[in-house]
Amino acid sequence: MAAKSILPDFRITPTIDQVGIEERVARFTTRSIKKESKMQGLKMILNMIDLTTLEGKDTEGKVKQMCYKAVHMHDVIPDLPTVAAVCVYPSMVKTAKESLIGSGVKVASVSTAFPSGQSTHEIKILDTKFALENGADEIDMVISRGEFLKGNYNFVFDEIAAIKDVCGKARLKVIFETGELSTLDNVRKASDIAMYAGADFIKTSTGKISPAATMPVTLVMLEAIRDYYYATNRMVGMKPAGGISTSKLAMQYLVMLRETLGGAWLSNEWFRFGASSLANDVLMQIAKQTTGVYQSSDYFSKD
Amino acid sequence: MSKKKEITKAKLDFKTDWAYASAPEDSGHISLKKQYDLFINGEFVKPNSKKYFATYNPATDQKIAEVAEADEKDVDKAVKAARKAFEKWSKLSGKERGKYIFRIARLMQERAREFAVIETMDGGKSIRESRDIDVPLAANHFFYNAGWADKLEYAFPNRNPKPLGVVGQIIPWNFPLLMAAWKIAPALAAGNTVVLKPAETTSLTALKLAELIRDSGLPNGVVNIVTGAGKTGAAIVNHPDINKIAFTGSTDVGKLIQRSISGTNKKLTLELGGKAANIIFADAAIDQAVEGVVNGIFFNQGHVCCAGSRLFVQESVADIVIRKLKDRMETLIVGDPMDKNTDIGAINSKEQLLKINEYIKIGKNEGAEIYQSSCAIPSKGNFCRPTLFLNASQSHRIVQEEIFGPVLTVQTFRTIEEVIEKANNIPYGLSAGVWTDKGSKIFNLTNKLRAGVVWANTYNKFDPASPFGGYKESGFGREGGLHGLMPYLNL
Amino acid sequence: MSRLEIQKTYKIFIGGQFPRTESGRYYPLKNKKNEVIANMCLSSRKDFRNAVVAARSAFGGWSEKSAFNRSQILYRIAEMLEGRKEQFIAELLLQGISAAAAKEEVTLSIDRLVYYAGWCDKYQALFSSVNPVASSHFNFSVPEPTGVVAIISSEESSLLGLVTSIAPVIAGGNTCVVLASESKPLCAITFSEVLNTSDLSAGVVNILTGNSAELHSHFSSHMDVNSLLYYRKNKNEIKTIKENAALNVKRVHIYDKIILNSEKAQSPYFIFDNQEIKTTWHPVENIGSSKGGY
Repeated sequence: MAAKSILPDFRITPTIDQVGIEERVARFTTRSIKKESKMQGLKMILNMIDLTTLEGKDTEGKVKQMCYKAVHMHDVIPDLPTVAAVCVYPSMVKTAKESLIGSGVKVASVSTAFPSGQSTHEIKILDTKFALENGADEIDMVISRGEFLKGNYNFVFDEIAAIKDVCGKARLKVIFETGELSTLDNVRKASDIAMYAGADFIKTSTGKISPAATMPVTLVMLEAIRDYYYATNRMVGMKPAGGISTSKLAMQYLVMLRETLGGAWLSNEWFRFGASSLANDVLMQIAKQTTGVYQSSDYFSKD
Repeated sequence: MSKKKEITKAKLDFKTDWAYASAPEDSGHISLKKQYDLFINGEFVKPNSKKYFATYNPATDQKIAEVAEADEKDVDKAVKAARKAFEKWSKLSGKERGKYIFRIARLMQERAREFAVIETMDGGKSIRESRDIDVPLAANHFFYNAGWADKLEYAFPNRNPKPLGVVGQIIPWNFPLLMAAWKIAPALAAGNTVVLKPAETTSLTALKLAELIRDSGLPNGVVNIVTGAGKTGAAIVNHPDINKIAFTGSTDVGKLIQRSISGTNKKLTLELGGKAANIIFADAAIDQAVEGVVNGIFFNQGHVCCAGSRLFVQESVADIVIRKLKDRMETLIVGDPMDKNTDIGAINSKEQLLKINEYIKIGKNEGAEIYQSSCAIPSKGNFCRPTLFLNASQSHRIVQEEIFGPVLTVQTFRTIEEVIEKANNIPYGLSAGVWTDKGSKIFNLTNKLRAGVVWANTYNKFDPASPFGGYKESGFGREGGLHGLMPYLNL
Repeated sequence: MSRLEIQKTYKIFIGGQFPRTESGRYYPLKNKKNEVIANMCLSSRKDFRNAVVAARSAFGGWSEKSAFNRSQILYRIAEMLEGRKEQFIAELLLQGISAAAAKEEVTLSIDRLVYYAGWCDKYQALFSSVNPVASSHFNFSVPEPTGVVAIISSEESSLLGLVTSIAPVIAGGNTCVVLASESKPLCAITFSEVLNTSDLSAGVVNILTGNSAELHSHFSSHMDVNSLLYYRKNKNEIKTIKENAALNVKRVHIYDKIILNSEKAQSPYFIFDNQEIKTTWHPVENIGSSKGGY
């Protein structure tokens, strides 16, 4: 990683003004997306979703159904894109992989003792290896928030770098669990640490802690990605996860993405929504756009 | 990190396949007459001269309506009406006065969208701004000042505050309705009566306000609105039975007014031009600072007296700030003011566009390096791309003179002493901005900047509770807050 | 033979120095018996210019002194005046004022200085505000001194008029250039000596003697003067002053109706007249509030 030769001092990452961030976010939310740009946006959102199930009660049956949905979003409407990936626990990777053969939909696995990350280094490595051996295309790891808040930034950095080494070609998403980081300054710091340690994506949340993804948090991370890109010429992806369940909100994220990082990031190679119920809302909106009438959720499969 | 010099050739591309389709605000529900008369003594009356002038939509060059031109006789009629109304209005209890003003506030909130649409049609500002800023703030000013009407004794204990009488108020074209509210609301709360003249390019919302005032049941003659250009303004300034002039506009005209009333006992408040410094230190939250710079200069097409038109960047972060600023400018949408996605609307008039373009030419000739965003602009109407002048010098005219358009000069500095000196090295003193993460530096800066409003880690924020007004040639007197009442009272 | 009395030379007061007018001009001050009491400097436009330079260079230091410190210095001026009371009474008598009136004028002047000494660190609280804006910002307004104030003080009064005009201006952190009474100028120059021995920094107060008809247009047209106070009644001068003030948007206050020995001649509002209100905004973060955190 070329970037490592110019490692910054993570104790002095750029500061963030929270009120300024909120004002900027408010501007994004006033954009009015209508007509053809709305349709185009909705399809893009659909294609950026990491359809997710991360529950203790997950079974192969549940995962198989979700994987079918991932590829057949709503067959009544032709030419719909698939989602980007499904996101499951390591134990479900094998099932998901088999269900998605030939679909182009990727399998992402959470890892490193998700969601708390409270385990040993060895177990986290094993956890990741297990997911990869079962066919995971992408790894969603969690950082050690305790160590981070203690100021043990080297620990956090080394852990990410170690997992990235294990990942090889598989893309690594690094989850900060921003709901536990307390300040936007910390979100920025975590972003810088993760990117310089080799993250391919940075991701807000596990979905297990509230607040999960918010627009201000995501904006801070997008701006970190932008600065990192200018400093290293390497693109890093962004994944807000949890709490984004309506297409209106997702569209505002898309506006924010477009106006912060520009066109190069406007695909599922560089941007994902970690969500479970968002997909159906997007489908309902697309159906409304094509049929002209408001929809009922009874007509959309809940998997 | 972001503080280091950049070494890569990375570049962001904001020309995306996915763009925003036009999203025009609906203007079907507004009612506009073809011709507007003068609002004197509670009714609309024909002008003495029978003359009318056209008001245009600066985004399309289309005529919207005709507006009456008031001459000296009309102004005299308005002043007489105001004088007569003053007798009762000033004796009305503060509680009752306040209720009238509250009622105006409520009516304005109810008709907010109509006001916003007309403001945008007549003045060229984006509907986003007139809808989210101008109109709500205008209503809030009435609401805020209404509450003062029966509490003046608490505001100025021991002073027995009394109204001045008839006040003549002359307002500019950059915030037509908002300025009318800034002027009328405190004047009424203090017990004065009003003769107000809006700017000739933007009379319509003031005339809609006149309709609203009529509907509110405010006693006849308490507020009179006369339209016209400079001659009408002069008639107000020179009318012998006016007790106070409140003017917002250019420093040149302000000086003219100050001179004209020198032989009288008229009181005066002036809110004039500015050339504010917006200062970014290396330790600032850079992305938010850049956003503040954008709001500081491109808000309302830069037609803002307190616009942060001189950017000072500490040298160690200059490259990064300028790069971020350019990126941000690429995402600004210039065009149809009625489109909800438009960030920068139309320049208010042909005349103003010519003036801005003249300054852009001057800046190039002076050797500053020009940068303009690559956005498309409409072929019709008055539009100007957001513009930067890099490597500007303190002695450049574009740095010293108020341009009143979307044009920002950028200078770098090394030390805090240097930037304070440069920031204050101007005859104006309306506002300033400072961006730093260090509290003690903020207080040091705000103490030393000779300006009436200092935005620290923010910019272009306005509130009815917050006093606004300048030092030096930016005028005197304050508008807003408790201090905003003082110019309308004998204390 | 009785001893030959040493006569005092009255000069002007600029930047803590006592120069003669650069013009070399003077005017004889006579008593009622038409005897020359003193030759007073007939100050010129250039003297005024020099005084403004002195006042401007003193402004930074004086305005940044702590309010408490300014208070102590004003009180010190009162103390020094009290100590030289008899001299001022004698000068007032010399200028044709009754003994009782002379005594009253000096004591009132001392008390007025004490009054404003007390205000130095209090008017800010009176005229400041914390403004409850609707957005997430901390917003406050404070008074700050306007800058260099030119004063054409009362013609009728030698000392009280001078003190009444100077005290609120310097209490508020401004510096000033004052034109003393032309017909009763003696106390002004002696008061300069009081100022000069009261820990007041050089240039904070500058005092000229001379003729308002000659100087008022220069006082009002100077581009580095921020504010002008006029304590006389001449309508033409008032008009010219207001006209010229427009050159640089000077603040002008005409106190032609002031009654110097009344209580109404002193109030914090005279301080406020030479203050600018500065409003500062700063964002306030919401941490863990009902807004749902960040």
